[in-house]
Amino acid sequence: MADSLLFLTELMGMRVYDLKGRRIGRVRDAGVVPRVHPSRVDRFLVGGEWNWWTIRHDQVASISIDGIYLRDEQVTPYHDDENMLRIVRDLLDQQIIDVHGRKVVRVTDLTFALSRVNDHDALFVSEVDVGLRSMFRRLTQGILPPRLIRRLMMRITPNSIRWEFANMIEPDPQRRLRLNISHKGLEEMHPADLADIVEELSHEDREAIFEAIDSEVAAETLSEVEDPKMQAAILESLDADRAAEIVEEMEADEAADVLGEMEDAASEAILEEMDAEEKEEVEELLEFDEDSAGGLMNTHFFALSEGATVADAVRMVREHADYVDSLTTVFLTDQGGRLTGALPVGRLLLVEPTTVLKTLVWDEEVISAPVTERGDRVTELVHKYNLMALPVVDESGHLVGAVTADDVIAVLRED
Amino acid sequence: MGFLQRLWDRLPRPLVVFFAVIGPGFITAMVDNDAGGIYTYSEAGARFGYTLLWTLPPIALLLVITQEMNARMGAVTGKGLSDLIREEFGLRKTFLVMALLVLANLTNVMANFAGVASALELFHVSRHLSVPLAAVAVWFLVVKGTYQSVEKIFLGACVTYIAYIVAAVLISPDWEASALASVRPVLLWDSAYLVLLVGLIGTSVAPWMQFYLQAAVVEKGITAKEYIESRIEVVVGCVVMVVVAFFIIVACAAAIWSRGPRSISSAAEAANALRPFGEYAYLLFSAGLLNASLFAASILPLSTAYSVCEGLGFEAGVNKRFREAPIFYWLYTLLIVVGAGVVLLPGFPLVKMILFSQVVNGLLLPLVLIFMIKLVNNRNLMHEWVNPRFYNWVAWGAVVILIGLTVMLLGMSVKDVSFVPFAVSEPRVGGGSVL
Repeated sequence: MADSLLFLTELMGMRVYDLKGRRIGRVRDAGVVPRVHPSRVDRFLVGGEWNWWTIRHDQVASISIDGIYLRDEQVTPYHDDENMLRIVRDLLDQQIIDVHGRKVVRVTDLTFALSRVNDHDALFVSEVDVGLRSMFRRLTQGILPPRLIRRLMMRITPNSIRWEFANMIEPDPQRRLRLNISHKGLEEMHPADLADIVEELSHEDREAIFEAIDSEVAAETLSEVEDPKMQAAILESLDADRAAEIVEEMEADEAADVLGEMEDAASEAILEEMDAEEKEEVEELLEFDEDSAGGLMNTHFFALSEGATVADAVRMVREHADYVDSLTTVFLTDQGGRLTGALPVGRLLLVEPTTVLKTLVWDEEVISAPVTERGDRVTELVHKYNLMALPVVDESGHLVGAVTADDVIAVLRED
Repeated sequence: MGFLQRLWDRLPRPLVVFFAVIGPGFITAMVDNDAGGIYTYSEAGARFGYTLLWTLPPIALLLVITQEMNARMGAVTGKGLSDLIREEFGLRKTFLVMALLVLANLTNVMANFAGVASALELFHVSRHLSVPLAAVAVWFLVVKGTYQSVEKIFLGACVTYIAYIVAAVLISPDWEASALASVRPVLLWDSAYLVLLVGLIGTSVAPWMQFYLQAAVVEKGITAKEYIESRIEVVVGCVVMVVVAFFIIVACAAAIWSRGPRSISSAAEAANALRPFGEYAYLLFSAGLLNASLFAASILPLSTAYSVCEGLGFEAGVNKRFREAPIFYWLYTLLIVVGAGVVLLPGFPLVKMILFSQVVNGLLLPLVLIFMIKLVNNRNLMHEWVNPRFYNWVAWGAVVILIGLTVMLLGMSVKDVSFVPFAVSEPRVGGGSVL
């Protein structure tokens, strides 16, 4: 095979000949059946004089830039098949996610690999083309001879995405299943990157993604979406039980922020569906004004009694390993649960396991904020005292939560 | 912040909702009264007095219909107009529309930098100073992301449009005649009249608005649910825009036409003509012109770059770095540099360019409207939000009328260039003349 690749722009309108060399029509679309093969063109849809025909891949003898020659003329009239991805209709000019390049792109053309399988030619989707080179092909297709187009386009830098990295977005869940569209690629991305992508999509596509991806990833991604209004809109667009699944996975303070942004009926419907424990936690936070220490704080924190040792602290951290990534400070409380000290976690590394935590607290006075403290004052405290976590206490001094530095950054970014 | 927040909380609920939604529709309508618009209205008043006022109610209707469709599409699909055209009609048609859009908007940008120049020349600031400064300011405003906050200033400064109302009142025009003329269609078989009629529609219903409004609705995240409030805002915006146009026409009719009908060569000349009626009327008129020009010069290049990049599939956005979205930044920068640069070129045929832009606008608008009507009636996209049948009749009617007018305009501009609205008398010596 001289030509080992073919572009969709070249395939479109390509003439199809039968065994006797008579022209039976032109290619109008090409179908991939992902459940059978992820990239092979399974069927060619050919427009004849009056109607469309379906040609199976094994009926083709040869494919080249000059046309498609069949080896079996038993072509069938075209019927839509829900398991088939029609490239021109479903993919061309639509937006897809480039999982590798972490961005949303618009499909301008496709590149097929042309190879010989069992003695006949077959096409395999190899790349999705975006950018100027493919645009040049689209604009000149049918106007200039294909070979000239190929020569001229070499001057333009190509911009393509490997087919494996091209993630389609399909709002209809059943179709998603039939077309074998997986979101594994999306789930493997950093949630912050995925959030950037999601922000660029239309709400229907956004909903499609949040419906389909793993709920833990969905929760992290939702937290990374910057606009609170958009966060709320995403949750509102989902079924209440699906939304609840995602909210349960979120940090309580972020969950409360999002739910607080929603209309009461909608947020209550979600709370109804949540597990009792998480629900209670979020509901408590919802009581507070969004722009107060109470509204900003998280209710997950590590607190030990004053008499506890480093070994106790380590044991506790190990028991709650889920939260270890955000652990910066261990708090100390007296018997009544009142806050008495704050201990940067790094200090635990300095001493023997038997050391009593209280002896590691060097500062005389512990910096804390009452739940009603205004948001800007909280920011000020965190900044002034260089805190990674600011403990929040109720009227009687009980430790109820902590505002972490990343919460503060989020607030500052919003202003 | 705290104070504003408290004030906000105390506002009656409907008002809060309205101000929360204020933005897309209202801004579009305000920017629509840009330098070109102000000039055309002034010319209409100066030359034909009250007789063209009757075009304003139909223009308002046309505006409301087109803008409402855009707002609806944006809210329901969450996609911009150029995205939808690309997805439903393919790359080639999108490319054609985008090429025309760039051409039309480029000349619009020129007109607005010329507006900046002539407005500031009224205050004796040389255009060689004002135009480059304005261009650099606009570029940085948007690229450095400070535009959001400045937008509110522009929007606030739209209060200067009240200037036109005040100016009109100060001149004490014939209110009875103007009220009557607003509802009584008059068709003079005078080519200058017809051309101005077409020009009035052309300057009010411009293709860029369709792209800008829909993108802004999407950007703001307005959903189908909130869309009702958005619709109110669109209607209010269009009405306010037409009211402002009304008062500009009336002011110029009373100040210029009633003392002897004549053509004016720039919006600045209209401002000058108001001088005998009080220094304030004059100052306000000029300030309004400056604000309108700057506002439009900030929005148009950005909106164009966004529409083009989204439709053609290039990365776009001021939050991206230059390396990530080179085409977006180049296009944006070029529109400003070329748009502002030509105003400084001595002997650049700006008037011809603006005439040319009217023609391109005229070609593009029916095309865009046809795409829009097809899209808005596509059930796969719009679900239950497609146009009602009656609505389609009006919309198609508007398309037919616009195509008719465009053909007429083209015919006349081929016959005699001097008939076209912007082909006005030779620039006066001493500047402040281009628009």
